[in-house]
Amino acid sequence: MDFGSTFFYKYRRFVKTLKIYLFLAGPGLIVMLADNDAGGITTYTVTGAKYGYDLIWFLLLLLPVAYIVQEMTVRLGAVTKRGHAEAIFDAFGSFWGWFSFLDLALVNWLTLVTEFIGMTAALAIFNVPPVVTIVIVSIVMMLMVLQGKYWTWEKIAILFAALNVIYIPAAFLVHPSISEVLKVGLVPHFPGGFNGTLFFFLMANIGTTIAPWMIFFQQSAVVDKGMKEKDIPWGQMDTLIGSAFTVLVAIFLVVVTGTVLFGVEVESAAQAASIMMISNPYLGTCIAIGLFNAGFLGAICISLASSWAFGEVFGWAHSLNLKVREAPWFYTCYLFALVTAGGVVLIPNAPLVLITLFVQVIAVTLLPAALVFLILLLNNEEIMGKYRNTTLQNIVATVIVVAIIVLSTLYGITTLFPEWLM
Amino acid sequence: MLTLETVFGERIGRVVRGWTDKIHEINIKYKTPRIKMSRGVKIALMFLRIYLLLLVLLLGYKFWTLLK
Repeated sequence: MDFGSTFFYKYRRFVKTLKIYLFLAGPGLIVMLADNDAGGITTYTVTGAKYGYDLIWFLLLLLPVAYIVQEMTVRLGAVTKRGHAEAIFDAFGSFWGWFSFLDLALVNWLTLVTEFIGMTAALAIFNVPPVVTIVIVSIVMMLMVLQGKYWTWEKIAILFAALNVIYIPAAFLVHPSISEVLKVGLVPHFPGGFNGTLFFFLMANIGTTIAPWMIFFQQSAVVDKGMKEKDIPWGQMDTLIGSAFTVLVAIFLVVVTGTVLFGVEVESAAQAASIMMISNPYLGTCIAIGLFNAGFLGAICISLASSWAFGEVFGWAHSLNLKVREAPWFYTCYLFALVTAGGVVLIPNAPLVLITLFVQVIAVTLLPAALVFLILLLNNEEIMGKYRNTTLQNIVATVIVVAIIVLSTLYGITTLFPEWLM
Repeated sequence: MLTLETVFGERIGRVVRGWTDKIHEINIKYKTPRIKMSRGVKIALMFLRIYLLLLVLLLGYKFWTLLK
């Protein structure tokens, strides 16, 4: 074959692969971009303001961590055709099943409250009253699920997920020194030595990378999408691309705040956006829109993860492919979560800061269990057959899971007892 | 005899009974774990129990210090 024919053949093959990917893309991309939720965006904003570009190398390490954990949910979902909540009940009995399910319901609801806090704070910058934000967001989220097709919901969610990359053009608006970013950011080091504050920031960044709802969401989404064993490689590719995007978005956000707000005491992404609004309205707008979108993306995934889990455990019909009359409890759970979580944010003097801290502590009670169950399930030949973990996968996954458990536990404890860190 | 219907009233009692029956049904359905309880699985589950117990103790301690 001559060069032209070879090129044309490869081009056609690439286009075909891309078309198949775009058709099958979804759970991995959505869950990973939703991982940069309101809490995540706040963590990266504060990290950039505190340490500049110094911790970019650490964010890069989170790419394989996120991929390896979430990839296991793809295989488990595609092989068992069951969500994670149902899989735990079935494999480990009702005690661990109820523990995981009730803990998930609580953590998800509390996290949903924090997403609403993020969204209302972001739009408050544009003088939108919180009640308007919550009502409109709830209506849009209900409309997204009520159209009766998983596929349509997924593609709308991907569109919102694409907005998450707004931090990439935002980084170009601040004109960072690329050589400085590469020189400082890519060399592993501990700025100011390894101390309690730095350790807290490292733990916070890990804590936002893997959350319990992500495991439950992706596995249920894989099942609802109807992915089969043959689709696993596509699911893996989807998860890998999603992981790359989530880390990329985090890095660009750190570059933005590391350039503009380095050394400034910042406590939240909304506060950072307000500060930037004064010096550069375009930049402030980008950050505020990004924060709103992050909260929205987190909210749509978390509320669905809970509804799927309720459906799996109680045996109700639970699919986005079903109409309201066919799966009334599934949609009732979804609506109930939205209304109550949104309602809490509107209560005057509600202890929102306490709720935000409480999320981190409660998440720590569920994450180790969810991760340990994931590895045990992935090692069961009767359940997984030829798709079970290989020895290498087990070694890597176990190291990562142990590291996540230790660091997230320390994060939870230091949230409870900050004086112990000093 | 004390029943859910006499405690909560006819209508609410029936709803509560429906829920308790459902939970009982789930407990029976998943009574026996499907996974083989090998040594590794037992150790992992024991670790989780101890871990959760320690966390509950820490939360209790935090609550106690707040009350003090």
